[in-house]
Formats: sequence, structure tokens, C-alpha cells
Amino acid sequence: MKDIGTVDQVNIEARVAMLCKRSIKNQAKIAGLKMAISMMDLTTLEGKDSAGKVLAMCNKAMHPLESDPSIPSVAAVCVYPNMVPVAKKALKGSSVKVASVATAFPSGLAPLPIKLDEVKRVVEMGADEVDMVINRGDFLAGRYDDVANEIAQVKTACGNAHLKVILETGELETFDNVRLASFIAMQAGADFIKTSTGKAAVNATLPVTLVMLEAIRDYYYATGKRIGMKPAGGIRTAKQALQYLVLVNETLGDAWLSPDMFRFGASTLLNDVLMQLEKQRTGAYQAGDYFTKD
Amino acid sequence: MATEKPAARLELVNERMLQFGGKWQYASAPESTEPVKLEKKYNLFINGKFVAPKSGRYYPTINPATEETLAEVADASDTDVDLAVRSARQAYEKYWRKLKPSERAKYIFRIARMIQERARELSILETMNGGKPIRMSRDDDIPLAAAHFFYYAGWADKLEYAFPGRNPQSLGVAGQIIPWNFPLLMAAWKIAPALACGNTVVLKPSETTPLTALELARIVQDADLPPGVVNIVTGFGATGAAIVNHPNVNKVAFTGSTEVGKIIQRAVAGTGKKLTLELGGKSANIIFNDAAIDQAVEGIINGIFYNQGHVCCAGSRLFVQEGVAEKVIRKLNDRIQTLRVGDPLDKNTDVGAINSKMQLDKITELVKAGKDEGCVPHQTRCTLPKKGFWFAPTVFTNVAMSNRIAQEEIFGPVLSVLTFRTPEEAVEKANNTPYGLAAGVWSDKGAKLFKIANKLRAGVVWGNTYNQFDPTSPFGGYKESGFGREGGVQGLLPYLSLE
Repeated sequence: MKDIGTVDQVNIEARVAMLCKRSIKNQAKIAGLKMAISMMDLTTLEGKDSAGKVLAMCNKAMHPLESDPSIPSVAAVCVYPNMVPVAKKALKGSSVKVASVATAFPSGLAPLPIKLDEVKRVVEMGADEVDMVINRGDFLAGRYDDVANEIAQVKTACGNAHLKVILETGELETFDNVRLASFIAMQAGADFIKTSTGKAAVNATLPVTLVMLEAIRDYYYATGKRIGMKPAGGIRTAKQALQYLVLVNETLGDAWLSPDMFRFGASTLLNDVLMQLEKQRTGAYQAGDYFTKD
Repeated sequence: MATEKPAARLELVNERMLQFGGKWQYASAPESTEPVKLEKKYNLFINGKFVAPKSGRYYPTINPATEETLAEVADASDTDVDLAVRSARQAYEKYWRKLKPSERAKYIFRIARMIQERARELSILETMNGGKPIRMSRDDDIPLAAAHFFYYAGWADKLEYAFPGRNPQSLGVAGQIIPWNFPLLMAAWKIAPALACGNTVVLKPSETTPLTALELARIVQDADLPPGVVNIVTGFGATGAAIVNHPNVNKVAFTGSTEVGKIIQRAVAGTGKKLTLELGGKSANIIFNDAAIDQAVEGIINGIFYNQGHVCCAGSRLFVQEGVAEKVIRKLNDRIQTLRVGDPLDKNTDVGAINSKMQLDKITELVKAGKDEGCVPHQTRCTLPKKGFWFAPTVFTNVAMSNRIAQEEIFGPVLSVLTFRTPEEAVEKANNTPYGLAAGVWSDKGAKLFKIANKLRAGVVWGNTYNQFDPTSPFGGYKESGFGREGGVQGLLPYLSLE
């Protein structure tokens, strides 16, 4: 696909505004919230992360609400490389995957051999999924081939592990850039494209996600390959999660409404979703203290 | 055993078709009808009061989504219209023309405020009586109706600034006839500038959607307008004819079909009555190779399926440059599967009910003609409700300029897709119609956009958007789409004499 076309910002925002008017009630709300949990990459990416913190998060990932077995476990936990063995051990026997950020996350500004070595090591340590960052410096300088080559080499280094490519859309700024970066990533071998590291000033937004979903759709039309999508950073409320799902539901449809094709990268979203689900079940909101903070 | 069917070639394409609605269905989210208090019978609003028609006749008005009767509405005869015009004349001579313009403005502001206060009730009623999705009556019709009153209220005492060096004077009694596609909004488009310019009004809403106009009558009453300044008479074509032909009417404003528009123009010829007509359309949307395709497709969908295609400026002819035609058609096909057709009161409905049986018959007939002429229909796969009037959104491909569906106004959710090779060809084809109401141009190149827009013979040309309305912006047509402008400063002209 040489000519990928352009994006019209005004109309992307208008479409998102329209889709945000969808009224998601009752059964649809419950089903949507449970689906959101099953699509979550429960994340901790802090310098102060410790084994204790990661263990607690893994427990929550497997059993988000001990009292209600109808609530699914999340899709994966997302951690820094050093925490991969801890998470792997804690999640043994469960369906929850281990995702690790790599490639000099979050800046991506390290020599390529170091990044490739990092990727190989996290996979050896047991990561099922690798969340890499693109080199935004190269992208903004117009060295698109370098960006693509790097992704392709990381993909090879991943072996069987799934590769999510973080575009860091907040730093790319324009929707045309986001669309171009999406295509570069998909063509270079990304299994997923992901908005953000969570470390930039602007992280996932609905309009940027729509731009990426439309790029995924065009790639699918052209090649028949289904690429996954992961908005990450700044998604904190159940209401936001449902808005993202509406976007997926009405842009890519059924095949993407699955943890195999869509993920939320989030650290604090889960408790708000649980709170809403408990509200639907009991008819009353419960205080935050009734949900574990891990 | 029958011989095995050969695999259709289309299936190759279908392999990459997207599937919608199988995994996560939105629960129904209906707006409550509780705020609407319907009366059993509605009378005529003449001289500030609701009065029984001299004709003694009433007719049922229904909800087109359920076919339930909502109320009985008066059918005004010639005598009733004569009373309405007399009261308008008396109000004009006695109060309205003598009133300080800033005082007129206060009344119009008051109407605007009261529409806002009763917005929820009015939007639900609009949806019940007309079949349009609540999202549109709530977000577009009612807020825009209020905005029109606000806007023209502002002009009332500034008319000499609108036309410097001229001497703008009111005309007298304006007879106004409006359609059923945007009932309250069209009433606002007509009444607001008429009042701001110092005229009094006799307005007839469409026979199928009289209820919000009658609520507006109540607002006029509550706003304490002098009796007779606004009169609202309900009825059919004969009532409209009585208004048009009344010798004491100084100005006729009509929005509706070209067929009726021609009759009115004939009737008004030689009478000295001032006339504006806002008639049909067969508007073109033009997509160039370099357009942002997904956003263009979204604009096409909005252009033709908004309000079930019951829009005089609906973008019913799509011209796609050949290089992107295949892509655009595939995207349109997938996109129409996500249109939610059904209960207009459901907040998630995108396409509501067809306004009347008569309109449904017309759409059905034209779509059949399209199929008979070899055009290929693609429709939203949806279950239509058993009761009420419904038509699945339809996109026709394999359409030629000579096909009826590419020439005649359908006024329904039916799009004809045609192709072109060069900009010149696009302009020629887009202009090759008796109509000239609106057009849309989709291109990422600003210069191209302006160049093409200037060559299109259409009253409104939208660039990279469609169906944008604002009280400050004039609207109206060329050729068989009518004449005169509504909205903006230009919208004052039809209600003034500048001698």
C-alpha cells in the first residue's frame, strides 16, 4: 500500500462526538464492562515497582473481584523487563498473559543492538507479549525506512511472542502522522498497534484511536490481515472504556471485539469498571474502599 | 441432487467483509414520552386564541413509527383562512408595524427562550409526530429552531444597517407553508425573519406533522404576542391554496415539492405578492481521489441517510473519482450495516420511520424503477418493524445519469453512486440536473475545493462536510430548487421592501 491517503481532523472529531452519544444501558452495559475487563492489560510501569507490587497486581489480574466469579480475568499484565519472571511465576496456570515493555521504553533512544538484546531477554524470561516503542526522533525526521527496519528487526527478535508497537501518538501530534506510523508498523510486522507509553503529556484519546482503527480497517481490506489495537494511558473510567468499545464495535465490528484483537492499557481503570458492575448488580454505588487497591 | 452452484466471484471480496452487531448489541434506550401532554383535539390558532374550525372538520394525525393516532387536528377551510388573514392584517395595521423594532425583538427573544425551556418536550413530540430519530430532534431541530429566533431577534432593530442607504419597510401579511421534514425548524425559518422585519404571519404546517407548530402557537400565546401577529392554521393542500390565493396576503413563502411550487408560482403571478420558494433537490456529493476517504464516506452517509433522506438538500447523487470508486463503494457497503434503523425514540437510532405511507410508496416505486433499470441495490440488513412506515437504507451502484433514480428526487434513504474521471466531468455531471440546491466537495486540496465550488450551480456548497446549518448562513436554490434565501442577512430580504 503506497498511497495511504489522509485524515480529516474535523470530521474524525465529529464522528467521535457522534459515537459518544451512544446510550449504553442495562445488559449492554454489563456485557460491555465485562468485555472491557477481559481486554485489559493491567499495567504497572513505575521506577518503584517491586516484586510485592507485581504479585499483588497479578492476583487482581486473575481474580478481579473474588466475590463474583462471573467477572473474567484480565487479558494480561504489563510490566518492566525485570518484573517478567515475577509475573510469569505468579500467573502460572492462568490464562493471563505477561506483557513486557522493551526497546528502551519509554523513549526508545538507545542503540538498536541493545534494544534487540532487551527484546530477546524478555522473551527468554517468559514474556508472551512485547510492547515496543518506535523511534519518534527518526519518524519526525522523516527517516521512515529506519523506523520500519527497526520494527521488523524487533519482530524477528520476538520469535513467537506477540509484538505491540507503541506509536506514542502524543508526540506525533497530527492525525496524518498517526496514520502513517500505523501503516509503517503494520507493514513491518506489528501484531498490535498501540497509542501511547502512558509517559507522554498526551496519551490515548478517542479520536486518535479512531484514526488507528480506520488504518487497521484499510490494512485489512488491502491484505486480509487483522491487526490488533491497544489504546493506553489516560483511560480511567468505565464510561471511557465503553466509548472505546463503541468505536471498535462500529468501525471494525465483531472480529475485533475480543482480547485477541483489542486491549486497554490501564492501571486504574479496573476498579472503576468493577464499581460500575457492582452498581448494576446491587443498584447502589459502593465506596472505593470496598475494592482492593493493589 | 441439484448441480452444485458455482461459487460466486463476489465471495472473494466478501472474505474481507466486516461483520457487525453479532457480538455486542446495544440495549434499547428509549426516551420517555412522559413530558409530552397530548390533547385529544387541536384547534386553529387565530387572533391569539385556539378556535374551532368553521369547517367543523378534524383529521387524525399519527405517529408514523407505530401508525397510532396521536390527536385530532382541525382542517381549516377558506373561511378559516380568511379569518386568520384578517386577524393578521388587523394585528399588522394596529400594533405590529407601529411597534418599536426593539420591542419586536423582545417578543422574538422571548419565543426563542421558551423554545429552549421546552426543548425536551418539543423534541420528543417532533419525533413522535414525524418519525425522525430523537437524537436529531434533540440535538439539531429544536436547538436550531431556537437559534433562528435568537438570530433574527437581533436583526429587528438593525434593519437599516443590514441594507445601508436603503429604506427597509415591512410588507404586511406573510402566508407561509412549510413541509414535514423539519416541522418546527421550518416554522422558525419562516416566522422568525417575518416577525423581525415587522410582518405578521399566517402559517400552515404540513398535514402530517402539525403538532410542534401547534405547540409553537402555545408558546406564542405564552410569550404574550399581540393577538393576530402569528396565526397557525392546519389542514391539507386546499388550506395552503386558500392562503396563497387570499387577496390580503402580501408575501408567500413556501418550502416543499417543486410540483406544488410551480402551482404556487402560477397562482401568484401578476398579483404583486412577493414570493420565495424552497423546493426539491438532487444534490451532488463529489469525492476526489485525494479526499480523506473515511471521512468522506462518513459525510456521504450523513448527507443521504440523515433524517431518512427526508432533506431537500440530501446528497442523493454521489460522484466518485474512478481511482477510489471501488474503495468508496466497499466502505459504504460496510458502513450502512452499522446504521441502526428502528424506534425513533431510541437514543441510539440513526434512521427512523418514513414520514407517511404516501412517501413510503413513492420511495418504493422509485427503488423498484432503479432495480428494473438494472441498477444494483445494497441495503442495510435489518429487521424493519411490522407497524409503521419503514425503508432500509439503500445504496445503488451501476447507476447511469439517465436512470430515474439519478434524476428524480426520491426524498428517502436512497443513494445513487456514479463515477467520473476528471474535475471537469465531475462539474458537468453535478450540474446536469434541473435542480440546484446543494452540493458537497471532498478533497484534501484546498485550492481544488474552492475552484470546483465556484463552478457548481447550487445554492449551498459544502467543502469536506455536509448538512451544516446555522442561522447566520443563507440557504436556498437555483433553477427548479427555487429562489430566495432563508437565513443570514439575505434571509431578511424576502420580508422587506427596500424602496
